[in-house]
Amino acid sequence: MTPIQEILMILGMMAVTFSVRYVLLAFSGRFTLPENLERALRYVPPAVLTAIIVPSVLLPGGQWDLSPGNAYLPAAVAATVAGFLFRKKVLAASIVSGLVVFAIFSWLIPIAS
Amino acid sequence: MVRKEFFTGMRDTFPLLLGAFPFGLIYGALAVSAGLSAPAVLAMSAIVFAGSSQFIAVGLVAAGAPVSIIILTTFVVNLRHMLYSAALLPDLKNLNQRWRFVLAFFLTDETFAVAAGRWRNSDDSPYKHYYQLGSSLAMYLNWQLWTLVGLLVGSRIPDAQAWGLDVAMVVTFIGMTIPYVRNRPMVMAVLTSAAVSLLSWQLPYKLGLILAAVAGIAAGVSMEKIAMMKKNREVEP
Repeated sequence: MTPIQEILMILGMMAVTFSVRYVLLAFSGRFTLPENLERALRYVPPAVLTAIIVPSVLLPGGQWDLSPGNAYLPAAVAATVAGFLFRKKVLAASIVSGLVVFAIFSWLIPIAS
Repeated sequence: MVRKEFFTGMRDTFPLLLGAFPFGLIYGALAVSAGLSAPAVLAMSAIVFAGSSQFIAVGLVAAGAPVSIIILTTFVVNLRHMLYSAALLPDLKNLNQRWRFVLAFFLTDETFAVAAGRWRNSDDSPYKHYYQLGSSLAMYLNWQLWTLVGLLVGSRIPDAQAWGLDVAMVVTFIGMTIPYVRNRPMVMAVLTSAAVSLLSWQLPYKLGLILAAVAGIAAGVSMEKIAMMKKNREVEP
């Protein structure tokens, strides 16, 4: 790639990325959102997060993996169970339990067997 | 209060920094080996600041794709950010234009996830935008730092999944999703999104992510509407 092409590529990527992030916010003061849209937006965070989580857990590296060797699976289960059990400290519960279970399944068990 | 919001935002983003750092590292390393110049590698992180599209751009550069295709692909991959700004709209619309401009520039998956939780919290702090700014700057500085390290270390790093560090992101996202799952429509939304994400993950450009999210939202809204109609019918006669 020539320096000119690099500059064009980066400026172009910046333009489209920033536009997508900014366009709704830029005009947001001028209209009020319809009630149906506001209702729909409440579902955006859990829906998007789930769509990121589930494939990363069941398809690590882009391949179905339901075997015991897939440490993401027990880690995700532990994080979910712990999160529901300790709703007051859900974030800490999920992170700690998920990481501990992941460590056990990915490092300790392969070493022991 | 301002300072407390800012630093709490940074602190709450910390687990996600752990999830992002291997990607920054690998992006820096891969971009060099794909043939980008060092200033271009750093500039892309500094002014585009969008992890997955940076990765894909590097792949396209290595494959010799034209600049126009790289830009179009970046647009498609980042369309999901419009969902994020739409979700934050009710909260951010009261800020002045300069704030919206700044927060939009820094809007990533991670900061969205953290900040949406803060905005949703019902306390009436008038400085929640500083919380989002703190999260934004933590992500930004982290990304620049690890891009630089990746650039310096070159290509001598195993992939992130071999390290297993991206699991930090997964379990953090799980902890962020659980508080939403309080009623049947939300359960429906999450289950639908999960199912569609598994059916559509092979679609290119992360379109599966968008499809799954839209399906989940539609399922949740439909169920909420059905529940409302049932309630009305019970009242009427």
